[in-house]
Amino acid sequence: MLLTTPLHANHIALGAKMGEFAGYDMPLFYKDGVMKEHEWTRSHCGVFDVSHMGQATLSGPDIAGFLERLTPSSFRDKKINRAQYTVLTNEQGGIVDDLIVTRLSDKEFFVVFNAGCKAKDIVWIKKHLPLDSTFYHMKDHALIAVQGRWAERVIHEIFDFDPRDMSYMTLARAQTRYGSPAMISRLGYTGEDGFEVSVPNVEAADVWQAMLAHSEVKPIGLAARDSLRLEMGYPLYGHDINDETSPVEADIGWIIGKDNKNFIGADRVLKERAEGPKRKRVGIALLGEGVAREGAEIRNIHDQKIGAFTSGGFSPTLKKSIGMGYVPAENAKIGEMLFINVRGRNIAAEVTALPFVPAKTKTIKKKAA
Amino acid sequence: MSDLKFTNEHECVKVDGNVVWVGITKYAQDALGDLVFVELPAIGKKVKKGEYFAVVESVKTAAEVYSPVDGEVIEANAAMPNDLEMIKKPVGQGGWIAKIKFSDASQLAGLMDETSYKKYVDGLA
Repeated sequence: MLLTTPLHANHIALGAKMGEFAGYDMPLFYKDGVMKEHEWTRSHCGVFDVSHMGQATLSGPDIAGFLERLTPSSFRDKKINRAQYTVLTNEQGGIVDDLIVTRLSDKEFFVVFNAGCKAKDIVWIKKHLPLDSTFYHMKDHALIAVQGRWAERVIHEIFDFDPRDMSYMTLARAQTRYGSPAMISRLGYTGEDGFEVSVPNVEAADVWQAMLAHSEVKPIGLAARDSLRLEMGYPLYGHDINDETSPVEADIGWIIGKDNKNFIGADRVLKERAEGPKRKRVGIALLGEGVAREGAEIRNIHDQKIGAFTSGGFSPTLKKSIGMGYVPAENAKIGEMLFINVRGRNIAAEVTALPFVPAKTKTIKKKAA
Repeated sequence: MSDLKFTNEHECVKVDGNVVWVGITKYAQDALGDLVFVELPAIGKKVKKGEYFAVVESVKTAAEVYSPVDGEVIEANAAMPNDLEMIKKPVGQGGWIAKIKFSDASQLAGLMDETSYKKYVDGLA
């Protein structure tokens, strides 16, 4: 029996093609199809039901210190309402999951984690949680992403709250029209300016409908969510990062806090950062015709296998095939020529800087108060 | 009723003497969604019945196109990769991906006619 989100009936009513994702029956695409949905998000605005993702709060007297044990990032000096992308590391320096952690108060953080890792994450966090601290799984909350150039306007109208002064990677509180608290974070998984809105399950459909009532807004399924994030080079857990890849190899070493030396798995992670990783996640664009997907072999110019695509597909924006994968450090330079083997055919490709498509996330225009 | 033949794998086949023109059905097109690439076979490629000779790529997925006969590719629709909308045309009028010459006509016996194929597709829903 598949799980459903509070918006399941809305997806069906919109004629979505549904499919299983992380145990949930989710919309893969709606009537326009993945290509148009992708383009609409880039040119106008899309809304995404991401209620399958895990949401929780962590609270306790030294909860920042706890987070610095669980992740390589710094949280003690994190300002209230600031969000941080980070990972949970395991003892071997691999990645348990990637997540967004936002400071709500001195003693409380809001975390959003992957649907497919929910059970694992909860066990992992509770196993390490200090006795004086609390993990609260917000199963009673839905999460809706609104992404694209109209997102700011949509938020402004629906919540009667002006988000224009919000910087990228910050959170603000607002109210739904029924007076329930909503947490609005300016971030996303598409590279567009946008927001993720956490609201009580019972009001999810109302917020969803209000967003869709906007002429510039269309519903976007998981298929376009994937092609949008691929263009941004954002890693997808279970594909581009996993229990064995370290954050340094994954080329997200920027999440490592300057003063954090005591997180789980620090030995390997800090050693790799000091010495350089043996392999590295890189973006790869195909120069020849064809489409390479996850699993396609990456070969060097001597036709020797050096890796495999961990994600790959056609970029609707660039009109060519892009992907990512791990290659030895000596092959990781931008412009490195490679082959991607698709059904026995070598297609010329090159290591390409990420993101493939420039991000339009709102740059921080002032210091947070 | 058309004289087209259909496979279980949603190829649409036009038989022209000892040559088949092979494309994909509307059902396959709808299942694939927006196409982004067609990988054509080399002229002269030998294929066996049930083997793929071309690949149709959409944003979502890749689909292999299977030969309904043992034979040899004598022509590939070179215009199609530059105009992917062509695949939506009738197989005899631009919607074909390749033409395959065959010698054993009995291999065509198992293909469906349009009525049977419609029933088959309805049964998949």
